[in-house]
Amino acid sequence: MAKKLPEVDVVLVGFGWTASVIAQELTDAGANVLALERGGWRDTVPDFSVTHIQDELRYAVRKQIFEETQRSTLTFRNRPDQLALPMRELGSFLPAAGVGGAGVHWNGQNWRFLPTDFQLRSHNEQRYGKKAIPADMTIQDWGITYEQLEPYYDKWEYLCGISGKAGNIGGKIQPGGNPFEGPRRREYPLPPLKRSAATVLFDKAAREVGLHPFPAPAANTSKPYLNPLGVQMGQCTFCGYCEWFGCANYSKASPQTTILPVLLKKDNFSFRTHCSVTRVLTDSTGKRATGVVYVDAAGNEFIQPAQMVVLCAFAHHNVHLLLVSKIGTPYDPQSQTGVVGRNYAYQLSSDVNVTCKERLNPFMGAGALGQVVDDFNGDNFDHTGKGFIGGGYIALWNTGGRPILQEYLPESTPKWGGGWKKALHDDYLYSTHMQCHGGMMSYRNNYLDLDPTWTDDYGNPLLRLTFDFYDNEHAMSKFLTDRATDIAKAIPNRGINPKPRKGHYSIIPYQTTHNTGGAAMGNDPRTSFVNPFLQSWDVPNLWVMGSTVFPQNPGYNPTGTGGALAFWAADAMKRYIRNPQPLVQT
Amino acid sequence: MNTKLLIAGVLVLASAGAAFAAVQVYAPTRSDQTWSNIRDGRYLARAGDCEACHTAEGGKPYAGGRPVPTPFGIIYSTNITPDPDTGIGAWSEDEFYRAMHEGIDKKGERLYPAFPYPWFTHMTRGDVDAIKAYLDTIKPVRQVNRAPELGWPFSMRSVLAVWDKLYLDAKQFEPDPKESAEWNRGAYLVEGPGHCAACHTSKNMLGGPTGGKMQGGMAEHVFAPNLGAGERDGLGSWTREDIVEYLATGSNRYATAAGPMAEVVQASTQYLKQRDLEAMATYLKSLEGPKPETPNEPGKDVMQEGAALYVDNCAGCHMNDGAGLANAFPPLRASSAVQAAQPELLIAVILQGARSPVTESKPSGLMMPAFNSKLDDAEVAALTTYIRNAWGNRGGEVSSGDVAKLRSTLASAPQ
Repeated sequence: MAKKLPEVDVVLVGFGWTASVIAQELTDAGANVLALERGGWRDTVPDFSVTHIQDELRYAVRKQIFEETQRSTLTFRNRPDQLALPMRELGSFLPAAGVGGAGVHWNGQNWRFLPTDFQLRSHNEQRYGKKAIPADMTIQDWGITYEQLEPYYDKWEYLCGISGKAGNIGGKIQPGGNPFEGPRRREYPLPPLKRSAATVLFDKAAREVGLHPFPAPAANTSKPYLNPLGVQMGQCTFCGYCEWFGCANYSKASPQTTILPVLLKKDNFSFRTHCSVTRVLTDSTGKRATGVVYVDAAGNEFIQPAQMVVLCAFAHHNVHLLLVSKIGTPYDPQSQTGVVGRNYAYQLSSDVNVTCKERLNPFMGAGALGQVVDDFNGDNFDHTGKGFIGGGYIALWNTGGRPILQEYLPESTPKWGGGWKKALHDDYLYSTHMQCHGGMMSYRNNYLDLDPTWTDDYGNPLLRLTFDFYDNEHAMSKFLTDRATDIAKAIPNRGINPKPRKGHYSIIPYQTTHNTGGAAMGNDPRTSFVNPFLQSWDVPNLWVMGSTVFPQNPGYNPTGTGGALAFWAADAMKRYIRNPQPLVQT
Repeated sequence: MNTKLLIAGVLVLASAGAAFAAVQVYAPTRSDQTWSNIRDGRYLARAGDCEACHTAEGGKPYAGGRPVPTPFGIIYSTNITPDPDTGIGAWSEDEFYRAMHEGIDKKGERLYPAFPYPWFTHMTRGDVDAIKAYLDTIKPVRQVNRAPELGWPFSMRSVLAVWDKLYLDAKQFEPDPKESAEWNRGAYLVEGPGHCAACHTSKNMLGGPTGGKMQGGMAEHVFAPNLGAGERDGLGSWTREDIVEYLATGSNRYATAAGPMAEVVQASTQYLKQRDLEAMATYLKSLEGPKPETPNEPGKDVMQEGAALYVDNCAGCHMNDGAGLANAFPPLRASSAVQAAQPELLIAVILQGARSPVTESKPSGLMMPAFNSKLDDAEVAALTTYIRNAWGNRGGEVSSGDVAKLRSTLASAPQ
């Protein structure tokens, strides 16, 4: 029998980036907030200590800080007519467990989406005609504009101490920045990171082929930083252990390094670790959430009543929780009705490896140390006759040169033995790679629902992912890979190895953890689960955060927009607390 | 003397009993319970850092039980909540003042000078009464005091009479008319409630103060640095503003509070008024330093080994040139704590790690990891030697024996 606990004002499911933002904002507004985290507590010391965290075998190969599939996983298939199978090991994407969520192990590649990204369907229909969008492509507008979100992007970037160079301040193009970005109100809080040898080569080559390279905006600090909450950050040391690792030097923005020191001191905030939320409870009308059910590490079940419930978990888990809680109408691809599980999207990325003539010392890196061209992202170029819409950025990321998984050796290199050793000896210090980070449209048959066969530790059906790449993405990816190859050819090199991604989506090799959608935001309750303020249309005291609400996936990493949307939603929640009504009337 | 005490004790007990019967309050003789007096008392209790010592890890505030390591054994802080049986609720103002002024408790027993009455003795009666007034308002906790764990002869409290005779100068602070009002206020806070000298003055075999005032001393296994003048190991290069910033926030351009001082800033000095901190800084800047000595330059080999260890383990935060990073990690170059006459604080920080004080204006609590499981005694010695002598520092050589000794002391110290 579940034990009923005293009510709180707001319960947050998950305690990562978005939960930290919401908690900080709502506790400032006086609410009593509780976060429930399925993983454990973690902090810079001792968990990510210097000289301890730089352990590739433990963290990158053995995936120490990610979700454990023995407790909960998902099933996967490419098409609705296949049998989905449960994933015993994670591959394509790596959700986190533990306080700070993926904010602990991300690279820090921090982007704003393009203004046209937020009006994807209407913009493309207007520019290329309705026929440019295939019938099974379910892309839609977000219900908000870039201009509405801009102040919140700004707030997020100053919270995190983003290092970068503005490309457009108030409509005025800035030399050295990204000329394609939407107008921002001011410069980044910190100057760009120092360049690595490889990014200097990329910059020169990209200019030679007529593109507009700029330093990637990085949540890795180029200088010591004091954020608006008074939290101190150190300076990145270019150790090259960002992605899949916590930061030892307080120099990668994470909840722990930006918000938690202030949040955890507050009397009206609390959190509980090793607590897995298994249900969102609603009252008899189904129109009001009354709290959540969670199970602690010992297997005890609790009911946590709350005035407001905010889903801040990973994209998949938010959708799973809605489905098992029977909130909202599940999506049905046959009839194309329902919204929960609809518009799931991902990312289509490809690589071009380059063995340069110049020595690069690739081990000196930072998660978001990179030089980028945005010329082929979103609708920054004319798609007429190209056979696809959307795009992505091409970047030379110098995230690091770790010994096991980060050697970009020539294609002919054997996997082991003397030949491999020779290639490593001869080429490691000279090799680098470019990434084509392509966006992903949403489609009728890419969706999330409950698996009819397999269940998790708590007896709930597993989440089932039905997902594949479509012609639009393949055409886009080929185009991007070719453009990256053009840049690679302009770098003095001893070999180029383009690695386009072809065929069906495979869930086995790592690609990105940029899973989106499933509870999309939008203006129409028939095609979105939350309104433009991230408030459920059906249950107005239930809110959904993070990339779960993206109706499709633009050609960028999602964290910057997830953070900005959390600040945007927090403002809306403060209005809701004063006057608990749906913020958009239907 | 004994007879007098006995009579006084009987009288107090009698009056205590009467008060209980009459009004059922915790304090038999209620102190001045006006708002302003209680507020002043709370401020002075913070200035005296009372709560930190009188609260055990995870325990109730002011209920005592925190182990205080001394060279003679462990003493446990006492319950000073207003609980009438186990706390000091039944103590009169006079009894409380006698404890603060003479180190004698309600029963007439002598207190160990781990309780800093040799400094609290300088406080005015009004201030001591205000602290009692404040303590009377906090939540009473029933928690029996834990007996000290001391070897003979220190286990006999009668020995303390000798100690008091030798070292206790029981008199209230006398302002120096030749100095400014600000200097006098600072001297009062530093010498009285702040009891800075309890740690920062060296002690002899019996734990009695020796050597120059506030010129550094051992406390809780580490060396509390010289607070007097001295460009290298004192506050000579610190401005008044530097001192104020350090006490108010836990760090400044020269240092971040570590070891026991981190707790002092966190629990005490960050709450002091700006003008009081300025007064303390003025007083501290007037203190003399020890006679400057220049330690021998360490050998090339040990410096080379230390430099390599430094680059591998420390440079990421403290930078290759030991300059640290503003807003984040303290400098080691030109640091008085690093170049202190004795190296224990630096060794302890390397072995145990450290956390910057969490204060209102600097909430981050940045942490340095412990290196005790990574570096052996010889490595810590080389590293410490390097840090104390690199970049123009000069602190002399540290032996692996020094490290081994402190490592074993810290390992067996109560947490």
